[in-house]
Amino acid sequence: MIRLFALILIFVAGPLRAEIEIKEVTSPGGITAWLVEDHAIPFTALEIRFKGGASLDAEGKRGAINLMTGLIEEGAGDLTAQEFQAARESLAASYSFDVYDDALSIGARFLTENRDEAVDLLRLALTEPRFDEDAIDRVRAQVIAGIRSDTKDPSELASIAFSTEAFGDHPYGTSETGTIDTVSGLTRDDLVAAHQAVLARDRIFVSAVGDITSEELATLLDTLLGDLPETGAPMPEPVEVALEPGVTVIPFDNPQSTVLFGHEGITRDDEDFFAAYILNVILGGPNFESRLMEEVRVNRGLTYGIYTYLVPKDYAALYLGSVSSSNDRVAEAIDVTRAEWARMAEEGVTEDELETAKTYLTGAYPLRFDGNGPIAGILVGLQMEDLGLDYVQTRNDKVNAVTLDDINRVASELLQPDALHFTVVGQPEGLETTN
Amino acid sequence: MLRLIAAFVCLALPAAADETVTSFTLDNGLEVVVIEDHRAPVVVQMLWYRTGSADEPSGTSGIAHFLEHLLFKQTENLTPGELSATVAANGGSDNAFTSYDYTAYFQRIAADRLELVMSMEADRMENLLLKQEDIATERNVILEERSQRTDTSPGALLNEQMRAAQFLNHRYGVPIIGWRHEMETLDMEDAQTFYDTFYAPNNAVLVIAGDVGPEEVRALAEQYYGPIPANADIPERFRPAEPPQNAARRVVFEDQRVAQPYISRSYLAPERDSGAQEDAAALTVLAQLLGGSNFTSVLNDKLQFEQQIAVYTSAFYDGQALDDTSFSLVVVPSDGITLDEAEAALDRVIAEFLDEGVDAEQLDRIKMQLRASQIYARDNVQSAANRYGSALTSGLTVEDVQAWPDILQAVTAEDVMEAARAVFNPRASVTGILKAPTTEVSEVSQ
Repeated sequence: MIRLFALILIFVAGPLRAEIEIKEVTSPGGITAWLVEDHAIPFTALEIRFKGGASLDAEGKRGAINLMTGLIEEGAGDLTAQEFQAARESLAASYSFDVYDDALSIGARFLTENRDEAVDLLRLALTEPRFDEDAIDRVRAQVIAGIRSDTKDPSELASIAFSTEAFGDHPYGTSETGTIDTVSGLTRDDLVAAHQAVLARDRIFVSAVGDITSEELATLLDTLLGDLPETGAPMPEPVEVALEPGVTVIPFDNPQSTVLFGHEGITRDDEDFFAAYILNVILGGPNFESRLMEEVRVNRGLTYGIYTYLVPKDYAALYLGSVSSSNDRVAEAIDVTRAEWARMAEEGVTEDELETAKTYLTGAYPLRFDGNGPIAGILVGLQMEDLGLDYVQTRNDKVNAVTLDDINRVASELLQPDALHFTVVGQPEGLETTN
Repeated sequence: MLRLIAAFVCLALPAAADETVTSFTLDNGLEVVVIEDHRAPVVVQMLWYRTGSADEPSGTSGIAHFLEHLLFKQTENLTPGELSATVAANGGSDNAFTSYDYTAYFQRIAADRLELVMSMEADRMENLLLKQEDIATERNVILEERSQRTDTSPGALLNEQMRAAQFLNHRYGVPIIGWRHEMETLDMEDAQTFYDTFYAPNNAVLVIAGDVGPEEVRALAEQYYGPIPANADIPERFRPAEPPQNAARRVVFEDQRVAQPYISRSYLAPERDSGAQEDAAALTVLAQLLGGSNFTSVLNDKLQFEQQIAVYTSAFYDGQALDDTSFSLVVVPSDGITLDEAEAALDRVIAEFLDEGVDAEQLDRIKMQLRASQIYARDNVQSAANRYGSALTSGLTVEDVQAWPDILQAVTAEDVMEAARAVFNPRASVTGILKAPTTEVSEVSQ
């Protein structure tokens, strides 16, 4: 049995490549999109991003863009919210609207047989949202209910506290939903202004995958997005990560402590990004085999899971991790985490670990491209990061090019055990807020 | 080319799923389902055991799930963690999950590595090597998992109490993760006994989905799973049945971590039965009519649009279960609306629906969406694998799964009303209330 495994493992040499052909399509009106044509299933997945997102909230209007995003699907043109949704349901189309720090994101999925109607309806929502007072009140109440729940949710409490310590007054420092106070004060005019600030053509990224040709997509782009204004609000300023080393305890009556930790990270366009990316897989990546998972979960049973993430935002970069552990054992979980952070900073990774992480990453990459929806999501992300049409074909080479020297140099630069900040929500034993 | 023509002809929306599915059974009783999707060079292996938490001996709640964790430790041929490490080193991902009626293990990997994952999955079907030193640490892991998923969430704790009240006799009333006091006592013998009793080819369904053909799967399955002997002593799945439910139950859970109170209502409901899925289909449509859309469903229309009684409403029914299941409704009241008022409004909406019947246009929209969902579903082969695996371990057959879309399309307004009149039986209901303690003046800051 073991022999067989070894034999097959040797097989690994030539990793798969994602076999997709990406075309760049530019509409007569000048809107660009990436397209993968695949006519196997009669529908199209469309992804649209407006860069800037919730960080473009005007001074004192925190939560306006989030509330506006929730109202895009609440009535447009001469259709009320319920009429709009009944029309969408009749077409069996789905639209999703989300907003986060760096982008407003729209996903759409529609059948080939009624594509024109589905696109027209979405155009109406993007260009002529009604922002009816009754809809504003209804969605505002939903948002406030969510904010209220967040005040008793340990993960949300940790996230908000950590962000504030890292980014202060910058939009990254507060929740994009706003507070009950700011959301209560928003007016219809604020929402119209939020719409104009974000949904503009100078910050738009589009991908389409599925049963649609280049010509059809070119026409669709102008129909759907051609009526949007040319420009929106100016982008936010870069911000320094202001985290202090140490621990912040947020008392919360819970049997378990929820911990968010980290320090400054690395930007997506840094030449060491791939080395850092591989480093993260080894330290606290998505697999059971990461060092932190091994030491904190497998060997000590201190948690159900511990993970770390590189978070390269558009205007700052963080290196984050999360873990939950019983109040009486969370201090040990944090000690072990700190020790592993220091060990990797000092000793780096082994040749074996590097090779294993590379085969994982290069083998896993083509597996991401397994459906119209997932591919559309990947393509729009590549455009936002300005990674180029050939990235899908060259990405694995970039992973393979990282040497042991590279990754260990990056380990010593990126990992700063003494700079780690831990935000702990719970009743942790043996932990107190430092400073 | 054939595929393209098929897609073209199907513009009017196909009535039947356009999946390429093959199934067969090995001599040792292992049932195999192959779902082909050749768009990407990826394959998913899922091994489903017809054993879940509802099959546990009483007093050992959580053992099905605990054993699932222990299957990632060692076997006679694999060192602890080697299976997952090997999958990852080959660019794949793997995991497992446990439910009331099944336990499933899966890997997603490049199609040319199917043999590798099959050899390892077959190995841990018969060669598990439990070690005392793994028991204590892994038991801590599942206790932490319970803390994270359940004990940290007042909603999950309410749900646990509601199920315990809904099922008077059946083990669907016991949480999958287990009651903490029983989890703390689970030992190696419990795990070994459970493994020896249930882990065998004639108690499993192998689902392979993706860029692979049935001949190749059959050859590999015969090579790796074929030699494992059947277990003639697999217990029949006769669970204690529910007695007549004759009293409405009320569960009030107070927790100071509740920021947003709500009311939840569940009713005992029939499940999908092989060859007789019509009642469950009517209930599936009923749930869509009442709460499937945030805008046009009956609950949403009456409680969020006509009146502003709720900020959120929903209806939920999953008919896939071996035994009787539940149909649930939830109302999250608006600011200034009490839980009593929300409950009265919920009961009023149910009464009005029973009186007024089904809106024909709404039913048409739901059926259109159900038809389209078959097209969209073809974009995700892993969810197709889930659909077959969970059905086949919940008392259904491949034929039942394939008949389901047509049965849904055949549901009439009368069918829905008949199902609604039967299911909304207050004497078989549980009303759950989630709120903060009334004694404490809990003002929300910020």
